[in-house]
Amino acid sequence: MPVAPAPAAPGHLAENVVHFARLLRGAGLAVGPDRVHTALAALQVAGLHSRQDFHAVLGACLIDRVEHRVLFDQAFLLFWREPEPVANLLTGLPLNTDLTDPARPPRAENRRLTDALLPPAAVQPLADADLDPGEPAQVDGGWADGDALRQADFDTMTADEWRAAQRLLLQLRGLFERLPTRRSRPAARPGVPDWRATLRQMARHGGELHGLSWLKPRDKPAPLVVLADISGSMSRYSRMLLHFAHALGQGQGQGQAAGRVESFVFGIRLTRITRLLKHRDPDLAMGQVVRAVADWSGGTRITTSLHDFNQRWARRVLSSQATVLLISDGLEHGDTTALAFEMERLHKSCRRLIWLNPLLRFAQFEPRAGGIKAMLPHVDHFLPAHNLHSLADLVQVLGGRGSSLTPHRH
Amino acid sequence: MPDTSLPSSIDDTLARLAALDYVADRQLATSVFLALKLQRPLFLEGEPGTGKTEIARTLATMLDRPLIRLPCYEGLDLAGAAYEWNYGRQMLEIRLAERDAASAGVGGDGSTRRDSLAAELFSERFLTKRALLQAIDPANSVPPVLLIDELDRADEPFEAFLLEVLSDFQITIPELGTVKATQPPIVILTSNRTREIHDAVKRRCLYHWVGFPDAQRELDILRRRVPGASAELSRQVVAFVQRLRALELYKLPGIAETIDWTRALMALDAVVLDPALVQHTLGLLLKYQDDILRVQGDPPGSEAARLLQQAQADARGLAG
Repeated sequence: MPVAPAPAAPGHLAENVVHFARLLRGAGLAVGPDRVHTALAALQVAGLHSRQDFHAVLGACLIDRVEHRVLFDQAFLLFWREPEPVANLLTGLPLNTDLTDPARPPRAENRRLTDALLPPAAVQPLADADLDPGEPAQVDGGWADGDALRQADFDTMTADEWRAAQRLLLQLRGLFERLPTRRSRPAARPGVPDWRATLRQMARHGGELHGLSWLKPRDKPAPLVVLADISGSMSRYSRMLLHFAHALGQGQGQGQAAGRVESFVFGIRLTRITRLLKHRDPDLAMGQVVRAVADWSGGTRITTSLHDFNQRWARRVLSSQATVLLISDGLEHGDTTALAFEMERLHKSCRRLIWLNPLLRFAQFEPRAGGIKAMLPHVDHFLPAHNLHSLADLVQVLGGRGSSLTPHRH
Repeated sequence: MPDTSLPSSIDDTLARLAALDYVADRQLATSVFLALKLQRPLFLEGEPGTGKTEIARTLATMLDRPLIRLPCYEGLDLAGAAYEWNYGRQMLEIRLAERDAASAGVGGDGSTRRDSLAAELFSERFLTKRALLQAIDPANSVPPVLLIDELDRADEPFEAFLLEVLSDFQITIPELGTVKATQPPIVILTSNRTREIHDAVKRRCLYHWVGFPDAQRELDILRRRVPGASAELSRQVVAFVQRLRALELYKLPGIAETIDWTRALMALDAVVLDPALVQHTLGLLLKYQDDILRVQGDPPGSEAARLLQQAQADARGLAG
């Protein structure tokens, strides 16, 4: 469908591309000026012959992640329209008039995109009746009716809490095993010779061998994946667990002691929150997580969530060196053979699997609940901890046994 | 004499790739064309078996350039990727120099001897060039195609080094000096997405996700790559694999698996698909036992037979 994107003055195309990039940025895609520059350079060689090519060229230059494709396509459809509304854009009419055009209702299914397109004042909160139950309000779909949806309301973290958390996490070195890598570094003790350094020495001394330089393998902390249950039964720990995950993730800056941390939360479905927790400010990070996750204090579907993790994420975030920390009460109803299968698969994909169960009273007990019985054989370290009042208790449980969290199989 | 200049447009790129039996979709051809024209590296991400490595080979043939391949693995370092000094020969050189000095007498200034030895030892004679240095060697007559395969298997320090190389196309060797490319090579990076590549590398490149093809394109690829297969078999194979990809499998079969399966079926003298044949050859398409069990169904063979029936119905709708 050939359309000329810049009917009037030639200069407007570049401006519109910049505006389009700003729209994408507002919707959450990190499109920097360097990408816009690349897009403009690319448009000088291709893409102005048809709408399809234009779409392809902008797509090649502006996005760098396949998940952003959907959002990009929607944004493209909304922004680069038929010549008439585009002419309105060029003459400076506000964008609102295009979107309320009855002939072409906006299909911005993504809430962030809608927020980015319309100025805040113009956004009407959608009444429940307006939402077609068949259509999700967000790009990720809904779930079964009957599962309660509640918004989380977390108190902000005080400065004292923050400092205390940072201090406490220093005790958690045991969580991050130091494993050898395939790289080397200089060593004092004889082992593997470092020929390059030795020969440079020899060259400096006219060919005399003064002594060999040595190498030893470097080690680095193993990555950690946190899978935290935020369903109803675990709701009182949600805030604490999120702060824990956030503090762990921030600890990377403090020397080489902490490894890479990936965080996921699950209740009815699994949500990855690693990127959201990257903010240094815990309240900002918490706010982002609260907005992104919608199944707080709902039902528990451990099997589905673990299945989702194994299918979609395990190959990307787990390695043969990763430690998985699963924080859940293990109260899964229904058939537990699928749960055992998923746990086995998770266990085989990582180096060690630690299960922290904050709702059990005693370490020695007879597991009666089907879910717990199904999960237990596939866990390397089982840490029951009853009544975790605070982050301090959590750290106590994990860190106090830090030295004993060596990988051994049951 | 085939044309080995850079393609002039997206259509030209598509046509020339197709002439070499690589059926690309328009989005990929656009990314390739832009990468060539803007002289930027091309970063291809996608499931295994979707033709990411193949596009590099095809480009090298199309433009008549040498293909330099760097397969990545964890712990790949400077010595494996860029250059290494030939220590054995250097040691030998020292011994020879000593012997020459001894036989020539004790005369001569010791420090000049040391300096000349140092200059001799670390000269290009003793430098073993690996993929990255070969690609930016100023002595190359034409800039080659550099394929950095499976970058997600290498670790982060390597990515940091690669970023430096890709930014300026130069490598600094402390003992020797800086080696800079006179013409930047065509760089293609691939990843199977087992690990997230750092944003800085992605920003330097043009990104493209290579997805699974639709039925018509896959049929076209199959007809070109396995020309001996009968039309009906090709259609049924493509329809069946498309149905498989709609299931929730642990690893979806890629185009490479489709091609392998067709060749195997031809070796078994098959003209059309039947349930028994599918049952026996599932191992060529699916690489996980759980997936195979899932497709076989319960009782074994029922699910596969059902999929086959649907696929045969779809196959009638495919053209060619």
